[in-house]
Amino acid sequence: MIKITKEIVEEHGINSEEYDFILKSLNREPTITELGIFSAMWSEHCSYKSSKYWLSQLPTKNEFVIQGPGENAGVIDIGDGYAAVFKMESHNHPSFIEPYQGAATGVGGILRDVFTMGARPVALLNSIRFGEVSHEKTKHLLTGVVSGIGGYGNCMGIPTVGGEVEFNSSYNDNILVNAMCVGIAKKDKIFYSKASGIGNSVVYVGSKTGRDGIHGATMASAEFDENSEEKRPTVQVGDPFSEKLLLEACMELMKMDVIVAIQDMGAAGLTSSAVEMAGKGNLGIELDLDKVPCREEKMSAYEIMLSESQERMLMILEPDKENVAKEIFEKWELDFSVIGKLTDTNRLIINHQKETKADIILDILEKGAPSYKRPYEINIFDDEGIKEDTLINDNPISILKKMIASPNLCSRKWVWEQYDHMVMTDTVLLPGGDSAIIRVHGTNKGLSVTSDSTPRYCASDPYEGGKQAVAEAWRNLISVGSLPIAITDCMNFGNPEKKDIMGQFAGVIKGMIEACNTLNFPVVSGNVSLYNETNGKGINPTPVIGGVGVVENLDIFSDQNLKRKNDFILIIGKTTGHLTQSIYANELLNYKKGLPPKVNLEEELKNGLAIKELINKRLIDTSHDISDGGLLIALTEMSMKNIIGFELKIEKDNLNSYLFGEDQARYAIAVEENKIEDVRLLLNEKNVFFEEIGQACKDKIIINNNNISILELKEIYENWFNNYLSKA
Amino acid sequence: MKASIIVFPGSNCDRDIAVSIKKLTNLEPIMVWHKETSIPDSDLIVIPGGFTFGDYLRCGSIAANSPIMKDVIKKATDGAPTLGICNGFQILTESGLLPGTLIKNDCLSFLCKTVSIRVENNQTNFSKKYKQNEIINIPIAHNEGNFFANEDTLEKIKDSNQIVFKYCNQNGEVNNETNPNGSIENIAGITNEQGNVLGMMPHPERATCEITKLSDGENLFKSISEFLL
Repeated sequence: MIKITKEIVEEHGINSEEYDFILKSLNREPTITELGIFSAMWSEHCSYKSSKYWLSQLPTKNEFVIQGPGENAGVIDIGDGYAAVFKMESHNHPSFIEPYQGAATGVGGILRDVFTMGARPVALLNSIRFGEVSHEKTKHLLTGVVSGIGGYGNCMGIPTVGGEVEFNSSYNDNILVNAMCVGIAKKDKIFYSKASGIGNSVVYVGSKTGRDGIHGATMASAEFDENSEEKRPTVQVGDPFSEKLLLEACMELMKMDVIVAIQDMGAAGLTSSAVEMAGKGNLGIELDLDKVPCREEKMSAYEIMLSESQERMLMILEPDKENVAKEIFEKWELDFSVIGKLTDTNRLIINHQKETKADIILDILEKGAPSYKRPYEINIFDDEGIKEDTLINDNPISILKKMIASPNLCSRKWVWEQYDHMVMTDTVLLPGGDSAIIRVHGTNKGLSVTSDSTPRYCASDPYEGGKQAVAEAWRNLISVGSLPIAITDCMNFGNPEKKDIMGQFAGVIKGMIEACNTLNFPVVSGNVSLYNETNGKGINPTPVIGGVGVVENLDIFSDQNLKRKNDFILIIGKTTGHLTQSIYANELLNYKKGLPPKVNLEEELKNGLAIKELINKRLIDTSHDISDGGLLIALTEMSMKNIIGFELKIEKDNLNSYLFGEDQARYAIAVEENKIEDVRLLLNEKNVFFEEIGQACKDKIIINNNNISILELKEIYENWFNNYLSKA
Repeated sequence: MKASIIVFPGSNCDRDIAVSIKKLTNLEPIMVWHKETSIPDSDLIVIPGGFTFGDYLRCGSIAANSPIMKDVIKKATDGAPTLGICNGFQILTESGLLPGTLIKNDCLSFLCKTVSIRVENNQTNFSKKYKQNEIINIPIAHNEGNFFANEDTLEKIKDSNQIVFKYCNQNGEVNNETNPNGSIENIAGITNEQGNVLGMMPHPERATCEITKLSDGENLFKSISEFLL
């Protein structure tokens, strides 16, 4: 027996208060296996101990929600008997240590969360954030992460259709890799993780268990220092081929009426799946670890329980239906092993080599898990505007050229061309726009999907930033003409034990709550990643919002590309020229002070619904959300695909603020000449503010007396990544 | 009439090609598991795209040794119309049904995009509905699509008019600039000498649908259908 010392307890990330509680509850010293189980279950990653208090305040219901947070993924009703199942999850720390495998297994994990619920995954998205481009590790991490994401999703044959990439020095030593998966299931064929039926079999399926990823959940909950790379052996290795087999085997089995409950083995592996499944069912669970298929010899109970080997699932089956399931898994050449049974004892009992290695009352693990209302302080930046004389008096075209050739605004084509975004042949709207659209296979209905966040807004004003993140995801779905339904969130923050970081979290959540309520856009699933710090410095607070909407009729949607010369260019929403925290101010003027634009949610709602109506009534087919970089960047993005330009005639004193400010609740649309009257009428009727600022024209962008050819812009816009990576 | 679609562990375009066959031909698609030893009576054999066996070894090499492949080789050699797309093309070269080999893209990364290809030979049973030298737009999605053959093999391929598609641009120009993956002579698809086996890297099944605004793949399926009538 290993003696549990103070050091061992500390190494497991358990504080003295928590350990005292363990001693009291067990009425004895824990075994090493038990300590490992407590450590994993009570890690920030699994227990949400710092965030639970706040997360529970988020709106989680509307008329479409079938399943909110608490399951493997959220479920919404998309009509016609179908449901969409989706979730986003982080894999930040592993990706920093080993970018390819870290990112790949991030994708693998989120795929399992979705197909474990009976949904066939139909789309992947990702939000990835790296340090500044000049940082020594950025190239290596960028190429590794992108090929890891592609490597897994491509092999699985699930299209990766959207996402975002950002470079910012706050991620220098702590990159973010957030992956989202959306699946489609029959509404009446959703599978849940709540175990039921005393005496039912606990079945292990998928790949074998190895020593990889032991204590991944604990690692993901600790800050990094310069020795972090020594943790490389705890990064799991992905095997997308096995996952593909697991997917097909599960889909085949799910067609039959056999599975009582199912959950994937993700963070904290067999421990969390066993504890959570039995806990949800208020039952007990007894496991015989000698039956667990192992890849390596002489694995201890501790190692088996905490391994985070990938591509594994735990199922509850009625004993007389085991054979049906076994046959299917054997056909797909996957391991299938009955490793235990459900009991009525509310205990987790782990037997291994004829010894009981753990015996814990489940309530202690689950309900006894710590929950902290940590002290917090919501700080916002001072309201310091940019002085007129510090503005560059350059003409807008030369600013535009610099902006679109900058790392945060240039084309992301280099990234998404490495992802198979067309497999399954249902990708209606490709990556590169506000949202992608995926057809619901065999129907004329679509799902719109997006993921977004603006961390620099959250850093300067967490509350406005939280509102903005939700509002922008909503806007992205609106601007393709879809009805936004619900979101998943991936909350990436620094060390919650620091007041100001906890304040960022609290402020962002408060903003999100307000936006979710006003926009009827609830949270149905999500993930929290804290301790994203290196040597004591936190990342920008980064709440990534993954949004899903429905396109009722695929004959009617919109994209951002200008299609006809002479179309009228309209800007919906008020432009005041808000410059602080814009990309123009932050990256071109290097002015990082001041507050982000305020989000007026009533305005968002009104403007957005008007845009949706214009699209649905076929009055427009070209619309784009105005966000990072402002109005001129949005219009330039609209001109790239079809090489159709625009001519703007704008009389403003503060022309550059007008063109590059980042006021919210705005869209750019293009309207055909014969429809302009109807559009004006509708917008006036709805009391929506709009400006007519010019017309589309052939291959040039003309602003008052300056112009530039789109081909010239396109060249610098599309080549940034190649140029960056080709430099040694 | 039936089309047998061979499904290996890791195939992932099997459903996509079945949808296109159903929609555009007079054939009924049936899925055949790789562990079978004989292909049911059918008029077309299809090896779909994907990552068979994870492509952990040389792409297609493990699949080429699956039990079903003995019968595929026998029937294809006897003249059965056989189509391999992407990973299917790789399996056909690995199994010796087609000459040459497919190596890593010269950009060294996976590449998914719609490319233009030029119809070099519209006399095959897979390309009759296209015009000679027609330029069509079809998506590619591969990591190892860089076709290579040694000089002798290439000469033979050319002499017997086996090149069916070449990568080009919108104007039909075939050169290094218009070569997405480094394939020798921009080759995107070839037949065997008899012309009954076609392997191609681009995915025609991804270009058979109005809603995705890509439909240039349809004529490939219509050609097959017409020939089999």
